[in-house]
Amino acid sequence: MCATCGCSADGSVTMHVPGQENNHDHNHGHDHSHSHGKKIVDVEQDILQQNNLLAERNKGYFDAKNILALNLVSSPGSGKTTLLEKTLADLKGQLTFAVIEGDQQTTNDADRIHATGTKVTQINTGKGCHLDAHMVLHAIQGMKPKNDSVLFIENVGNLVCPAMFDLGEKERVVIISVTEGDDKPLKYPDIFFTSTLCIINKIDLLPYVPFSVEKVKENARKINRNIHIIEVSCTTGAGLQEWYDWLKSKVLAPETV
Amino acid sequence: MHELSVVMSIIEIATTQMEGADASEIEEIELEIGALSGVEENSFEFAWKQAVRNTPLQNAVRKINHIEGLATCLDCMIDFSITQLYDACPVCGGHFLNIKKGKELKVKSLVVN
Repeated sequence: MCATCGCSADGSVTMHVPGQENNHDHNHGHDHSHSHGKKIVDVEQDILQQNNLLAERNKGYFDAKNILALNLVSSPGSGKTTLLEKTLADLKGQLTFAVIEGDQQTTNDADRIHATGTKVTQINTGKGCHLDAHMVLHAIQGMKPKNDSVLFIENVGNLVCPAMFDLGEKERVVIISVTEGDDKPLKYPDIFFTSTLCIINKIDLLPYVPFSVEKVKENARKINRNIHIIEVSCTTGAGLQEWYDWLKSKVLAPETV
Repeated sequence: MHELSVVMSIIEIATTQMEGADASEIEEIELEIGALSGVEENSFEFAWKQAVRNTPLQNAVRKINHIEGLATCLDCMIDFSITQLYDACPVCGGHFLNIKKGKELKVKSLVVN
C-alpha cells in the first residue's frame, strides 16, 4: 500500500504542479516564453517492481501448468549441479523434470544436466551476478516445460545478489556445503531469510572439517525460524531420500483455491 | 553487484516518469532505502556514478531517506529496532520476528523540468 495516500501500489502516478493548475493563464505583464517549469512527480514505486511484475507473470504460467518451480541458490561449489544430477537420475520415471541453468559463462552445467536426458536451458548472464524474472521468462518461452513437471532453476553461484530477485518460483532452496563454514547464514542473511528449505550438502566430509551442523542450524533459524533443513551427501546418498520426500510432498500438494 | 541492477531500474523508472510528465530533465530524485533492503551503500554509490552518465539522472540531486529496521517480536509483541535480520528480541532473546520496516526500496519522487 502506498505510504502517502493509502492507494493500492499499482504504480499509478499522481501529478502536482506547485503554483500552477491546469487551466491557468499564461499571459502576464512581460513578454517571454516559458514551459510549465518545475514539477514534482510523486512516484512511490518499488525499484524492483518491473522484476516483481515479471515474476508474477512467471508464477501465473507455472500455476496454470501446475509446474513446481524451485529456485536453487548457493555459493559457487556447494554442489548444486551434482545434487541435481543425482536427483534427476534417481527420480527418473517418477517425476518429470526441466532445468534452467544460470551461470556467467559456459554451458558446462547444462551439458551435465543434458547428459541425464533432462530438458535443459542454459542462461549465461555475462557479467551479471544473478538471474532475474525477465531472463527466466525468456527461458521458459523457449523450453516450454511440460504440465505437472518440476522446474529446477539453478541460480548463479552467489549468496548475495540472487536474494533480491523473485523469479516467480514456488520455493527457494538454499544449499550450503560443510566446507563453507557454519556462520554462513549470519554472513549472508538475506538469502536464508527468503528461502524455505536449506540443504546442507557434503555431510560425508564432516569428519575432516570444523563444521558444526547444530551451529549452522541454529544460525539459519536465527534468521528464518521456519526454514526446513535437510542434511545430505551426494557421494554417499545419505539424506537424499528426505530431500526426495520433500520434493514429492510439494509436487503432490493439492492447490488450495 | 546487484546494486547495478537496482540503479538501472531506478534510471528506467525515473526516465519513464519524466517522459510521462512531459519534462526533459530531472533535477532531483528522492529514494527510500531500508537498512535491511540488501543494498550495500558503497556498491550503490559506485554503480550510481557509472550508470547515470548520459541519462536524465546525470545531473540530478539525489536524496536518500534511510529507513531503519523495525521488528515486532511475535512472542512478546513488542517493537524494537534491528540492524540485522538475525537480531534477537531484547526481552526474550527469541528470533520469531515480523519485520515491519527496513525492507523498503523505492523511488519516492522526482523534481522534473
